[in-house]
Amino acid sequence: MPDITYREALRQALRYQLEHDERVFLMGEDIGAYGGSYAVTKGFLEEFGERRVKDTPISESVVVGAGIGAAMAGLKPMVELMTINFSLLAIDQIVNNASKLHYMSNGQIRVPLVMRMAGGAGSQLGAQHSHSLESWYAHVPGLKVVVPATPYDAKGLLMTAFEEENPVVFIEHTALYASKGEVPEDVYRLPFGAAEVFRAGTDVTLIGYSGSVHQAFRAAQQLEEEGIDAEVLNLRTLRPLDVEGIVASVRKTSRAIVIEDDWKFGGFGGEIVALIQEHAFDYLDAPVLRCSGSDVPMPYSMALEQAALPQEAGIVELALNLCEGVTP
Amino acid sequence: MMRQGKSGTLTQRHDGTGLSDEQVIGLLHKMMEIRRFEEKAAEMYARGKIHGFLHLYIGQEGVATGAISALRPDDYIVSHYREHGHALARGLDPKRIMAELFGKETGVTGGRGGSMHLFDVSKSFMGGYAIVAGHMPLACGLALAEQYKGTERIAANFLGDGAVNEGEFHEALNLASVWKLPVLFVVENNFYGMGTAVQRVSATVEVYKRAAAYGIHSEQVDGMDVLATHEAVARLAQRVRSGDGPAFLEAICYRFRGHSMADPEFYRKKEEIERWRALDPIEQMKRRLLADGLISGDDVARMQAEVDRTATEAAEFAEQSAFPSRESLMRDVYADGARGEEAPHA
Ligand SMILES: Cc1ncc(C[n+]2csc(CCOP(=O)(O)OP(=O)(O)O)c2C)c(N)n1
Ligand SMILES: [Mg+2]
Repeated sequence: MPDITYREALRQALRYQLEHDERVFLMGEDIGAYGGSYAVTKGFLEEFGERRVKDTPISESVVVGAGIGAAMAGLKPMVELMTINFSLLAIDQIVNNASKLHYMSNGQIRVPLVMRMAGGAGSQLGAQHSHSLESWYAHVPGLKVVVPATPYDAKGLLMTAFEEENPVVFIEHTALYASKGEVPEDVYRLPFGAAEVFRAGTDVTLIGYSGSVHQAFRAAQQLEEEGIDAEVLNLRTLRPLDVEGIVASVRKTSRAIVIEDDWKFGGFGGEIVALIQEHAFDYLDAPVLRCSGSDVPMPYSMALEQAALPQEAGIVELALNLCEGVTP
Repeated sequence: MMRQGKSGTLTQRHDGTGLSDEQVIGLLHKMMEIRRFEEKAAEMYARGKIHGFLHLYIGQEGVATGAISALRPDDYIVSHYREHGHALARGLDPKRIMAELFGKETGVTGGRGGSMHLFDVSKSFMGGYAIVAGHMPLACGLALAEQYKGTERIAANFLGDGAVNEGEFHEALNLASVWKLPVLFVVENNFYGMGTAVQRVSATVEVYKRAAAYGIHSEQVDGMDVLATHEAVARLAQRVRSGDGPAFLEAICYRFRGHSMADPEFYRKKEEIERWRALDPIEQMKRRLLADGLISGDDVARMQAEVDRTATEAAEFAEQSAFPSRESLMRDVYADGARGEEAPHA
């Protein structure tokens, strides 16, 4: 299997869709002539033309809304929102329209729309460009929320997103576009709602998604040196969520830590903690913990930004304490 | 029976709409049907059969009737929450609309939408939407899809004067224009957004002028005149259909009732309402058709009896229909049947 980047994996899925499904077209700010803010669609305009690859005005709301309308009329649009930060200007369309038209219309309308956006912090982009708002979208019934961690995830999950009859919020991590991993050249699809055991272990479950999977993995490697065998789960999708997979892992390890860039208060980690105590309370040897971002607008300076985000050392410390029966 | 006008049709004499006498009379009939339906809905609301928000269209019938009769049956309609008139004008079943207002399973969306969210995709009626201006992007998208597929279908987007100060209005107009989307925007300027008069909140009171800034062909029409509205929409729809990009129509009109059933109407004077009532689109049209000899007083009485019966039967149908079952609650959250969790103790 070739080693390719997360970016290239996304490109492969998009190119496949453009080549194989006439209903698919792409639109977004600077996806054409500029080549995409993260170069995911570079060259597509030249290759597929303006009908299939549309540069839009900087009008997030009408771009997403037009995607919804086109999906209602039987097409399969992919809207790129540049970043999750700008999706806030389209949140009316995503929440008030995309997520609920199927239900409101009593099943008459379908909205098979893929909304791609980059999220996450760690690139010193400051408070307005570093959001991890996936929990906001995961909160909404009717949406599917996808958070790929690896190039393999990126291609396989994006392929599945285009099979969907529902609106999909597809959140890529800004810090991962250049990351590499093995990806089959052939077409494959990864199911939504099925977490991956990224590293098998027996002592503690480290639950991550998107960027935090890698932190959890690196923490697990350090923990191994300390004699602790951590299991790392890669959630892949937040909605649907693989509750069974999480519970099965926690029943085995009896301890869990959720790792997320997101703010702790009201964040997605809280949902996972609640589900674990609902479904695996009797199996727990320790409280379920969260290693989350700090409750601050993201500062610019590297020193401060890193201090605001979960770090491997912090995960290791929490896990060691948890395994020794010391809780915060 | 209907009588022919003495010297040619009313159409030829006054409006050049190309409508036959029957069609012109049909416009009056449809406006009467909408009026009577709305009166019945108000009555049912007062009797506790309808709940939530109920925004009546009484006074504005000329706009929906004139405009929608000038569209093709498969042209999309995307409307706002004051959409009973648009739905009836498009030919949705009055029984199923009333059942929807009652929250019954026989309603156009099985009781899920209610008054503000009527849908009938089989009639290209793509919904009533309750976020002011939030439906405009959808109309652009439907139009984009038809442009992409290369069809002649267009999208008609109805909105109120209040919507023109939303960002989505401006985003939609710009996108529609720059991509030459086949969408016709129809603003029903009834001079108020809830209780706020247009001139108190809009820098440009003549709404149609706003479209000019986006290079969109725009016009103003007397929305109390059903024939004038029909004529304008027919012309603009033709223009949009030919690939010239979007068009914009401001229909001047007035709602005779409150914003919703909950409106105490502190913000306007009785005299103002009376002045507009004198321009009632239905009475105007009746007078014209009677004066032109296209209809007789008997015809009016017969049409009135018919629309009475339609409204009454709609209410009976709604009353007799069942409420949706508890089991149907979680259906259709996702198109693939995926389910969320049902609150066990709700
Ligand atoms: C985004 C948004 N803001 C506020 C409201 C509350 N609201 C409902 S109707 C309305 C007035 C809209 O007036 P207009 O567009 O003129 O339509 P009309 O009711 O006159 O038909 C307002 C403010 C809303 N539904 N959506
Ligand atoms: Mg108004």
